[in-house]
Amino acid sequence: MQPVAALAEVAHEFGVPFHTDAVQAAAQLPVDFAASGADALTITGHKLGGPVGAGALILGRGLSPVPVLHGGGQERDIRSGTLDAPAIRAFAVAAVISARRRAEEAGRLAALRDDLVRQVLAAVPDAVLNGPPPGPGRLPGNAHFSFPGCEGDALLLLLDARGIACSTGSACTAGVAEPSHVLLAMGADEARARGSLRFSLGHTTTQSDVDTLGAVIGEAVSRARRAAAG
Amino acid sequence: MGLRVLAAMSGGVDSATAAARAVDAGHEVTGVHLALSQNPQSYRTGARGCCTLEDARDARRAADVIGIPFYVWDMAERFKRDVVDDFVAEYAAGRTPNPCLRCNEKIKFAAVLDRAVALGFDAVCTGHYARIDENGALNRAADAAKDQSYVLAVLTREQIARAVFPLGDTAKAEVREEARQRGLLVADKPDSHDVCFIADGDTRGFLTSQLGAAPGQIVDQDGTVLGEHDGAYAFTVGQRKGLRVDRPAMDGRPRYVLGIEPVTRTVTVGPASGLEVRDITAIRPVWTGCPPPREPIECEVQLRAHGEVYPCVARQEGETLLISLRGAARAVATGQAAVLYRGETVLGSGTISATA
Repeated sequence: MQPVAALAEVAHEFGVPFHTDAVQAAAQLPVDFAASGADALTITGHKLGGPVGAGALILGRGLSPVPVLHGGGQERDIRSGTLDAPAIRAFAVAAVISARRRAEEAGRLAALRDDLVRQVLAAVPDAVLNGPPPGPGRLPGNAHFSFPGCEGDALLLLLDARGIACSTGSACTAGVAEPSHVLLAMGADEARARGSLRFSLGHTTTQSDVDTLGAVIGEAVSRARRAAAG
Repeated sequence: MGLRVLAAMSGGVDSATAAARAVDAGHEVTGVHLALSQNPQSYRTGARGCCTLEDARDARRAADVIGIPFYVWDMAERFKRDVVDDFVAEYAAGRTPNPCLRCNEKIKFAAVLDRAVALGFDAVCTGHYARIDENGALNRAADAAKDQSYVLAVLTREQIARAVFPLGDTAKAEVREEARQRGLLVADKPDSHDVCFIADGDTRGFLTSQLGAAPGQIVDQDGTVLGEHDGAYAFTVGQRKGLRVDRPAMDGRPRYVLGIEPVTRTVTVGPASGLEVRDITAIRPVWTGCPPPREPIECEVQLRAHGEVYPCVARQEGETLLISLRGAARAVATGQAAVLYRGETVLGSGTISATA
């Protein structure tokens, strides 16, 4: 997690407007626009259990960003066009429910995630958990590992075949998995960045999902290692 | 019982239909598109069937229609090293390589197959037109015009044992019709012809960009200098066009490239009669349709893709394959494969290193 308020303060010191992407945080952390010090903040419906396609830009007064869509001047002239009312309504309902359950759900996800980390590290002792240890510095529903000696896309294929969907990070337009630029920026070398997977937990994730991963990850990693060595 | 099959899907009609047939045959199929270009172009230009982003998307859509999982594997580094760099080096050495053959040998049935086997697959399926008989030998396809046994003849028995070619029995026109009926949008996609990694089809231009200008002389069989060239790699034995020799031959007949000497960069030209070849030496012999013969064997040989077939006697001496043609072949380029057939069956192959 980033120290958003402190970052906003630094930006304001130099007269720079500050925007924060709270898309991942909104379902799991307390998000308070006013307290964040940000001038603009983005959230989206599909990370809260709502539909893809409706999101919100919370914009402080006195800012006039360059519109991405031009036309009728709707939404303070920032986003022209007819509004998708059903999607927006569904987004709003999801946001209300998500906010009501947030604390409880964050606790549930953190416990599941802690167990996932424990099971993965038990099965693959040399796996590396990227980012801070589980705790207040980390998003509850996130576990991100590097598996030394593996290629992430081989691991993804093997886990996919067992019904486990995870992510290697970014892919180029052809669909080739690429090493995460974030990991590279954090100092990981290319081999380690290529051998990384992100497991995201959400409101549909259950203990049984975590146990399934724990049961298959060890064999999948050994196989992916053989494939990389060949 | 079905196998776990990895279907290589280029984005073309053949590999898509092959993958669909593998599913019908009861195999558990996973589609993979091989990203071979380090700087893929967005859209196809000319008659190419792979390697652009559009092709990757076509393959993905086909996998979706067939209902199989689909992934993209990045093989660009291996492809550059084993196919593109080899292609350039072969031309630089005065030979004429066949990159499709090298790709089958080093990428599809080596790098991809090895990775597939390590990940738990039993076989690799492609849209090649060739058949594998009950003895595990490679055979020509039913559609003689599409037959690709020549570019697969470098594979070993172990590689062939892990290959699945569902289209070998079928004519191309039927494959297109079948693809249409299956709802594969690539049914009408044009066949690929050119070297896939040379976007504009200009092989000479590509080689010049890779090898730079390397001027040399064009001489006749007596050594008389007839002209100059910018790079011997731009020539292939048997080539007639683009010689840039302004003086006509004494007898007024056309001249052909007879030989390329890479060290002195000398290109020798002469009359058609100088192209006749009766004896061929080939290296890196592979025997897949019969055991390595102890005695000379009677068979036929094909010396280039879609080329003529010549009756011959072949024998192996050490690690060299010696082939004596019954008649004369014309314009045989070193670097090409000499593929031995008996009837429809591939017996073995070697890479042509010398002719006489």
